[in-house]
Amino acid sequence: MSTTFAAITRPPTSLVDAPGGAEMRGWRRSDGRKGIRNVVAVAYLVECAHHVAREVTAAFHGQDVHLIGFPGCFPNAYAQRVMERLCTHPNVGAVLIVSLGCESFNKRQLARIVAESGRPVETLVIQEGGGTRRTVTAGRAWVAAQMDTLAGAPTEPMGVHDLIVGTICGGSDGTSGLTGNPAAGRAFDTLVAAGAACIFEETGELIGCEDIMAARAATPALAEELRASVAKAARYYATLGYGSFASGNADGGLSTIEEKSMGAYAKSGRSPILGLIKPGDIPPRAGLYLMDVVPDGEVRFGFPNISDNAEIVELIASGAHVVLFVTGRGSVSGSALSPVIKICANPDTFRRMEDDMDVDAGRILEGRGTLDGVGAEIVDLVRAVASGARTKSEAMGHQEFILGYKSFEPIGPACLPV
Amino acid sequence: MSVLDPRLLLLDGDDNVLVLGAPVAAGDVLLIDGVSVPADGPIGRGHKVARRPIALDEKIIKYGAPIGRATAAIARGEHVHVHNIRSDYTPTYVIG
Repeated sequence: MSTTFAAITRPPTSLVDAPGGAEMRGWRRSDGRKGIRNVVAVAYLVECAHHVAREVTAAFHGQDVHLIGFPGCFPNAYAQRVMERLCTHPNVGAVLIVSLGCESFNKRQLARIVAESGRPVETLVIQEGGGTRRTVTAGRAWVAAQMDTLAGAPTEPMGVHDLIVGTICGGSDGTSGLTGNPAAGRAFDTLVAAGAACIFEETGELIGCEDIMAARAATPALAEELRASVAKAARYYATLGYGSFASGNADGGLSTIEEKSMGAYAKSGRSPILGLIKPGDIPPRAGLYLMDVVPDGEVRFGFPNISDNAEIVELIASGAHVVLFVTGRGSVSGSALSPVIKICANPDTFRRMEDDMDVDAGRILEGRGTLDGVGAEIVDLVRAVASGARTKSEAMGHQEFILGYKSFEPIGPACLPV
Repeated sequence: MSVLDPRLLLLDGDDNVLVLGAPVAAGDVLLIDGVSVPADGPIGRGHKVARRPIALDEKIIKYGAPIGRATAAIARGEHVHVHNIRSDYTPTYVIG
C-alpha cells in the first residue's frame, strides 16, 4: 500500500534527479516555500524615489540585486498586495524599501509583512535621511551587508513539485501557435504531472477560446467562472477600443484577436484546469491554473496590462519561480526576481536573435524537431534554471519591471473548487 | 485529393485556411488539395492562404475554430489576412 501511495504522490524520479543533471537546491522560507534565487529586492514606493533606488542597485551590477517598485502616489490595494507578494516571494532573501516620504503607499505595512516573513528589511525615507546622496550611500551599505549574509545562507534539496511555473507569450506571430506555444503546453503537461503548479494567463488573449477552455474545468461552476473571465476581458477591451493585439502580430501573419487567442491558448497544454486565480493569489496545490488579469468593475486606469512585463510581474506575484515566455517576432524581455526562459517560435527570428533565445522551437517548422522533443527540452531547462543555471535574459542583466493601477474583487468560492 | 504543398500546414480537418510553414514568393505554385494555384504575392511564414473558395461573411476556420469572418470573397490559394477578414470581437490594429 505504502509503495503505491508513494508512487502516486511523489514526482517521477527522472524529473527530480535526472542522471548527470545538477541537483535542484533552494532556499527555504518561513512559509515553507523554497526559492531558486536569493535576490536582494530594492523597492521604491513612488516614482519620486525611483532614481535613488536605481542608484543603490547600480553599485551591484551583475549581482542578484533587483529593482522593483510602484510609480503612483495615489493608494491602490492591488499594487500594495502585489508589492507585498513580490517582497515575500521565495526568490527574495532581503528587501530594501526606498520611500520619498510623502507618498500614499503603506510602507509600514509592507515592512511589517516582510519582517514577519523572517527576511531582513530596511526602510529608507529620503526626506528623513538627508536626500539623494546620503540615502544612496546608506542603501548601498545595507545591501552590501545583506549580500554578505545571503552568501552563506543554507540551501536544501527541492524538486519540481516545489515549483510554480508561469507562461506568457509576447511578440507573437503566426508561428507562435504552431511551435512555441504548443511546445510550452507539452512542458506544462509534464510539469503538472510531476507535481508543479502551472499558471497561464491573459484572459484578453483567450477571447474566442472560452468554450473549449471551459470544457477542461475541474467543475461546472469553475467552467462558468472561466467563461465569465473571458467575457469580462472581451467587454473591457471592447470599451477601450483595442484588443490585446499589436501591429507586429499582424505583420507576422495573425489577422484577428481570436486567431492570436487560439495560438496563445495552446500554452496551457491539456491538463484539467483546477482553478481561476487573480494576481497575488498563490496556487494552493499542484495543477494548472488560469490567472484572470483583467480588472473587475467598470473600466478604469486604462489597459489591463500595458505590455508583457506587467503580466510577468503578476505571475511572479502569484509565486512563479520561473516564467516560460514564447515569442515569434522576438521579445528580449526578462524580469526582476524570477528568471524568464525565452522560447522562440520562429526559426528566422531565432537565427537573427539567438543570443536572446533559450529554446529554438521554430526548428519544428524546418523538420528539425517535434513538439514533444521541444517540450522535453523546456522541462530540462526549467530544471537546470531551478538548479542555478542562468537564462539568457538573466545573464545579460534584463530586469524589466512594470506595476500599474488595477482594482480586483477577491475570487469567488467556485474558483478554487478542489 | 488531399495532396498538399509541403510548405502548407493543415492544422485541423475542418479548416478553410492553410498556414505557411515556410515563406513563398509571388507566382510560386502552391499545391492545395491536388489543385495548383499561383501565389498572389510574396507571403510570409506563419501567414494563411485559403484552402478553398470562401464566401463573403463566411467564418474563417483555423485550429478547427472560428477566428473571424471574410470581408470579401476569397479565392483558393489567396492570401487570407487583415485585408479580407475581420474579428468578431475587437478590430485589428495595424499601423497605417
